[in-house]
This record gives sequence, structure tokens and C-alpha cells, in this order.
Amino acid sequence: MMIPTDARTHRLLDAYQRDFPLESRPFARIAADLGAAEAEVIAQFTALKDAGTISRIGAVVRPNSIGASTLAALCVPAEDVERIAALVCAHGQVNHCYEREHAINLWFVVTAADRAAVNGVLRAIEAETGLACLNLPIVEDYHIDLGFPLS
Amino acid sequence: MTVDATDRALLAALEPGLALVAEPYAALGQRTGLTEQAVIDRLQRLYARGIIKRFGVIVRHREVGYRANAMVVWDIPDADVATVAQSLAALPFVTLCYRRPRRPGWPYNLFCMIHGEDRETVCRQIARANASAGTTALPQTVLFSTRAFKQRGARYWAPEVLEPA
Repeated sequence: MMIPTDARTHRLLDAYQRDFPLESRPFARIAADLGAAEAEVIAQFTALKDAGTISRIGAVVRPNSIGASTLAALCVPAEDVERIAALVCAHGQVNHCYEREHAINLWFVVTAADRAAVNGVLRAIEAETGLACLNLPIVEDYHIDLGFPLS
Repeated sequence: MTVDATDRALLAALEPGLALVAEPYAALGQRTGLTEQAVIDRLQRLYARGIIKRFGVIVRHREVGYRANAMVVWDIPDADVATVAQSLAALPFVTLCYRRPRRPGWPYNLFCMIHGEDRETVCRQIARANASAGTTALPQTVLFSTRAFKQRGARYWAPEVLEPA
């Protein structure tokens, strides 16, 4: 499985999804691990970001520890999905939006500074679309995030 | 779990990702009024406390070959949900596992995301998940994604707060 990449790209994508070096010069540390130069590692991560293979190097924050979020969904007529999705995605607080195979077919995540702000986004989307949002905030998070292993 | 204002500002500044420069924590410190060492110490503490679940390269899963994903939802008796969830969450192909409220017309209270190379793989993984959690006979539904309209990291602050001055 997985896209063909040279060995170093593979290591960069696979080995640093967690426990990225928290030290002054993290790319120098990675370069030392891989037998490369710091500048090469930085250039390669930059290319992977520009190509859209990685979205960023950063933190996945536990839901609701620094703000509020919810999973919401709409039941949209098939011919209207693109128009409604565009209305939903226009909100900066919407960070994921997927069409799924179900009568309730448009699913999105809203994150904001607090619960009132999240609910305000849902009310705005309901007003703009004329559709009722299913609002499913997390009650408990059971998962330990290990990233996406590459074979 | 409390997160102080400085931690919040630091996480906000980190939302677009680390700058791809030799000293990215120093750069983050410049944007938040912290020394490089304070940035590193605070990130280490947030990670140790579990507020940061993962710190590292965030790949776009479709781009690295995980082309199929399904949201699988179950209606699990309330008394069993924690046990079942812990069993599901431990599986390598389960990438999220949350309890959420039931709603009228929506009887499901446990949600997992399952990613795989293709639809067939994901279907096999769902069968394995049910077998290992003992949930094969319980009410459930599988929602494959057909189109992604938007996929990026969470932003808890308005974009204008995040942009460097």
C-alpha cells in the first residue's frame, strides 16, 4: 500500500508523526537521524507541504480542552449537496466537511472558542440552508492518536 | 484541565503549523512573546498532560494512500460503551473513537473513523472491529465518505487573531 516515495521521504512522513523533536533545532536532529543535512530536511518538508502531502507540522489538540467543537450533519437533497456544502464551508469555524453515504449525507466539524460560538455557527448554517443540523458534540474521547502509519 | 492564557496563545500561534525554518520554536516564541526554551517547556507540559494528543507531521491521509474512510456508528448500551470503545480504540486502523449523544432519529452513541487503502479493506477492518469488540450483533451503520469538501486542522480562534502582525 501507499504511494511510492524514496526512502528518506518515507521516513520523514512516517517516523515523525508523533514525538517530533522538541528542541532548538528539530530539523538538525532529524537530519542527524537520517544522515542528511538540516537544510535538505527543511527543503524536503517544505516540498511535501507545498505538494499537499502534509498539512503541517504541529499539534493535534484533545477536543474541547482549549475550545469547543461538535460534529454536525445535514440531510441534503442529492442535487443540492454542492451548493449547501459551499455554504457550510464558507464558515471559517468549519474545518472538516464530507459527503457520506447516508440519508443524513453532509457531515462537518465546527470548532470555536466556546460552546456558545459553536452553537452560533450551527444556527447560522440552519438559517442559511433552511435545514436542521444534527448536533453531536463529543461526550468522551477514547482514542490515542498515533497518526497514519505508512507501510 | 486548565490551560492558561499563554498556553492558549501558543496553541493558537501553532495552529497553522511550525515554521519550516532551522529554529521554529524561537520563531513561535517571537510571535507569542516567549523565549524559545519557554515555548519548548510549555509544549512538553501540554503533551505530558494530554492536552496535545500528538505532536508531529500531520499528513493528508488521502495523499499517503488512505483513500477510503468510513464513519462507523453503533448503538451500544450505556453500561457497556466504555468497555467497547476501549476495545475499538486500540485497533490500529481506528483513527478516532468518540462517544456522542443519541438524538431523535439518530440512535447511535459510539463513533469510530476507520481509514484504509480502499473500500474493501475498510469493510474487512469493520468486520474485524466488530469481532474484536463483540459488537457484530448490535445496531450499527457504516457511512463511507464520497467527497471531501474541506479538510484541515481545527482553528479555535478567528483567522485574524492567527495572522502575524
